[in-house]
Amino acid sequence: MTANSTAYKAPGTSGAGGPSPRPLRSRHPASPVRRSGWTPWLYLLPALVLLGGLLVYPIYQLGLISFLEYTQAQVSGGEPTTFQGFGNYATLFRDSQFWQVLLATVVFAAVCVLATLLVGCALAVLLTRVRAVPRLALMMAALGAWATPAITGSTVWVFLFDADFGPVNRVLGLGDHSWTYGRYSAFALVLLEVLWCSFPFVMVTVYAGIRAIPTEVLEAAALDGASQWRIWRSVTAPMLRPILIVVTIQSIIWDFKVFTQIYVMTNGGGIAGQNLVLNVYAYQKAFASSQYSLGSAIGVVMLVILLAVTLVYLRLVRRQGEEL
Amino acid sequence: MSLPSLLRVRRPGRLAAEAAALLIAAAVAFPLYWMVLSAFKPAGEIQSTHPRPWTLSPSLDSFRRVFQQQDFGRYFLNSLLVAGTVVIVSALIAFLAATAVTRFRFRFRTTLLIMFLVAQMVPVEALTIPLFFLMRDFGQLNTLGSLILPHLAFSLPFAIWMLRGFVKAVPDALEEAAYIDGASRTRFLWQILFPLVFPGLVATSVFSFISTWNDFLFAKSFIISDTSQSTLPMALLVFLKPDENDWGGVMAASAVMTVPVLVFFVLVQRRLVSGLGGAVKD
Repeated sequence: MTANSTAYKAPGTSGAGGPSPRPLRSRHPASPVRRSGWTPWLYLLPALVLLGGLLVYPIYQLGLISFLEYTQAQVSGGEPTTFQGFGNYATLFRDSQFWQVLLATVVFAAVCVLATLLVGCALAVLLTRVRAVPRLALMMAALGAWATPAITGSTVWVFLFDADFGPVNRVLGLGDHSWTYGRYSAFALVLLEVLWCSFPFVMVTVYAGIRAIPTEVLEAAALDGASQWRIWRSVTAPMLRPILIVVTIQSIIWDFKVFTQIYVMTNGGGIAGQNLVLNVYAYQKAFASSQYSLGSAIGVVMLVILLAVTLVYLRLVRRQGEEL
Repeated sequence: MSLPSLLRVRRPGRLAAEAAALLIAAAVAFPLYWMVLSAFKPAGEIQSTHPRPWTLSPSLDSFRRVFQQQDFGRYFLNSLLVAGTVVIVSALIAFLAATAVTRFRFRFRTTLLIMFLVAQMVPVEALTIPLFFLMRDFGQLNTLGSLILPHLAFSLPFAIWMLRGFVKAVPDALEEAAYIDGASRTRFLWQILFPLVFPGLVATSVFSFISTWNDFLFAKSFIISDTSQSTLPMALLVFLKPDENDWGGVMAASAVMTVPVLVFFVLVQRRLVSGLGGAVKD
């Protein structure tokens, strides 16, 4: 791909090389860019090849495997692959654990999204109310949390709440209470970590959005005697709507497919799988017990759910009349 | 840079708001502080059941353990190589694609845009299984290529989507003037458009860097036997043992893994904020 993208590079000349007006060209004022022919496709080629090979084709494969019997025997070529129809899905849907994991995934993601949005928006508003120093402090701390890789964030939070050596139990006087032992407290711990590393995106984006609102509009509202709350509700919030939609959708997508945090913090899905979410469940099925078809079927379920979210998003964008 | 003057009006609540902001900042930064602190604590203090928020005898033992025992430097370079390649190559490819969809009108343009949007939503984790077989068939398992290629594809849709606004913002008149002055299309692309869009590329790169640097699932699934091709997240796991975690080692490794990203973030911080504003405003 490197060869592809460098192939278009201009010859190694630098500087403008002096003006050389060509009046002949200006006879075509209807922007020369638009008469494009194959050029846009040439520009798109590397991207389309990569996306076709590493996104579209794997999606097709995922669907295909979910209809086959595909376990270690078939992978190593010991047994022929057989078509199962909806057999894998039937197996999956009959398994009560699947429904439990699905429910846990949806509820966990929903709580994460709500918490992230609330905290992110509240802090974005807070940022607009303070002077430079506290603002910089909060911004820097948030960027730090945002920049922290999921895996290091996970280990640090587990360490903070460690039963023996963590500071949290000392401060709260909880003795050697184990947070990862109970189902809900383990989920709560993961939630805290997810909130910690994902509220900054919402905060920074919404803050950038508030800053982009013209001052005159807010001043006009204030002159008309609107209260701060009223200004937020009737002026700021509607103008922020596109941004709020973006961060909401991003959060849904992001929180629905949390993997690293659950895997690391609850040691692969918690005691007896009590903290499994769909992603980790699919991984365990496929790579830990070699049931690749079941893992793929779970993957398809996730794909379908997120596709539905995407369609809702597209409709919202379209309804706002945004030009693509 | 000035905020709406309205919001700055002195109100009794402002001091409270500032105190709250500082307190929250401290709370948000605390896990990172604890990570660095624990990395420097001597083994005895780490295993104390009464942890103190400071240390009087900082030691480099944990870092030494990390770098000596586990070929950590190699993992670090691998991670850097993977993330660096993805950032540079995906930025170039996304720049070309974003130019195509914003500065040209052609059939299927809108369809393509919608496809890029939809592609962003694909749960890449669900694709681990087919990608595993794809990499196996191409003999790419246990190579850094098996980490670079998927991340390249996954960072592209978002990068294209985000760059769109930046490429669009360059006025058409500038492009026409360039052609009138006799610039070729390639020359306009790389010598005029590229520098103008560069701030957007930086903001975009932050996202592809983070998602690649953070990758844990693919590193765990695709690098199965050849640990010399492993990346940092896997190195970290070595210190998490079933019976007793080496917390000093985990925290030192975490610190080494986090600091480059932090530096990167601080460097591009302004561009990131304006980049986000520019991308979502559009």
